[in-house]
Amino acid sequence: MEKPAKVIYLDHAATTAVDPRVVEAMYPYWSERYGNASSIYSLGREAAKAMEDARKTVADILHCEPQEVIFTSCGSESDNLALRGVAFAQRHRGKGRHIITTAIEHHAIGHTCEQLEKYFDFEVTYLPVDQYAMVDPDDVRRAIRKDTILISVMAANNEVGTIQPIAEIGKIAREHGIPFHTDAVQAGGTLPLDVNELQVDLLSLSAHKFYGPKGVGMLYVRKGTPLLPIQTGGGHERQRRAGTENVAGIVGLATALKLAYDHAAENNSRITALREQLIQGVLERIPDAQLTGHPSQRLPNSASFVFKYIEGESILLHLDALGICASSGSACSSGSLEPSHVLLAMGIPPEIAHGSLRLTLGRENTEEDVNYVLEVLPGIVEKLRMMSPLYQKQ
Amino acid sequence: MEYSETVMDHFMNPRNVGVIEDADGVGKKGNPVCGDLMEIFIKVEDERIVDIKFRTFGCGAAIATSSMATEMVKGKTLDEAEELTNRAVAQALGGLPPIKMHCSNLAADAIHTAIADYRRRHNEHKGL
Repeated sequence: MEKPAKVIYLDHAATTAVDPRVVEAMYPYWSERYGNASSIYSLGREAAKAMEDARKTVADILHCEPQEVIFTSCGSESDNLALRGVAFAQRHRGKGRHIITTAIEHHAIGHTCEQLEKYFDFEVTYLPVDQYAMVDPDDVRRAIRKDTILISVMAANNEVGTIQPIAEIGKIAREHGIPFHTDAVQAGGTLPLDVNELQVDLLSLSAHKFYGPKGVGMLYVRKGTPLLPIQTGGGHERQRRAGTENVAGIVGLATALKLAYDHAAENNSRITALREQLIQGVLERIPDAQLTGHPSQRLPNSASFVFKYIEGESILLHLDALGICASSGSACSSGSLEPSHVLLAMGIPPEIAHGSLRLTLGRENTEEDVNYVLEVLPGIVEKLRMMSPLYQKQ
Repeated sequence: MEYSETVMDHFMNPRNVGVIEDADGVGKKGNPVCGDLMEIFIKVEDERIVDIKFRTFGCGAAIATSSMATEMVKGKTLDEAEELTNRAVAQALGGLPPIKMHCSNLAADAIHTAIADYRRRHNEHKGL
């Protein structure tokens, strides 16, 4: 098979290319309108205006007030601010030290919770998931204690694409008066983000997941939610996040988010169709392959699999040699010794979890891209299986 | 993390892949739960490895080290092959990323296990 002239990028859950319209919107804020948004003169006021316009744009999409939007440096920072900020503020008020989250969160949540437990004396309940990586809202209800101060459940899983019942969980949290955070980093740009529909009090986003720039994210914090800043300094972001604002990045985030939601319906339906073609094609052509994540309640762009008897990094290297960018939750590709905690939480045995592959589609992908993957992937899997001691050809 | 050209060559075109049905010695190393499992088959004549094959479940480094290690001992005497170390295999490949040095660099060990298997069978055969 001839390697195509262009790279076929199927790792949009990792990051996306910045939309040229976003680059254009950001451009003046590097060298021309470079003012510090805190400065009183016109150059500063211009920067402040651009930032406040961006905040308004974001607030309209989230159906919240502009002052409820805090700009940050990335999704991980947003998650850290949500967890640490609420946990410390709540404990300071004597509300308790129990946090509820899930076994399948991104490490920005998972590792933060582990640190809060180990070094700061919080107690964390990690809720299990079913075979599709779905959280049961009843489990959330049952885990709530008198001293529960925060619930955090991701909107959609980054590895297997499963969309969580956020609104239902939000309703439960609200009934108990417990702040509810959702890490919507993977859902941003595709799923509806109306914070009132979702009944969330905090919501994290990262611009580079929806064709915006890297190095900028945001955290929605509902008015009245207790939050101790984790980065102290100047009075930026209404005393909630110190540091001179990344004006160009913030403009980029807002522009990208608006573009994403202006065209979400058409993009989602086109990409969902491609995803289904990809999933059906893989399952038809490759024996001992299994779709991971929920069959229908999944992100429009996410196709994830496990292939028995082989290891994920080997699949990625062969795909890369053919010009296809993809990712895997295998230990080797994650730079750790354990396979994906998400796949393990779903009950997939470790030796099978090592053989995972995630293909995440994006705006620029076409049917030809999908067909090319379907043409080359079965051969790669077969080649690796032929040299695997675990494989007995039927 | 990046692999050397030699690693990629041995990964993309692995040498000595397969099974020897009437092998004189078989060695297994690793554990599929950890993501790496190697199986080495040797054919021995006059204390010399005349043929060697492998099958590996694992990452790029696991496959490349298997391929390189089999190349390094093919035609060698058993005593010479026993001298081979995992480190020497990694060096012959132009180095491996640090995280791969322990988990995926087991091919020399698997060869030693195959030789031990051969010696055990051979001694049993001689009634020792």
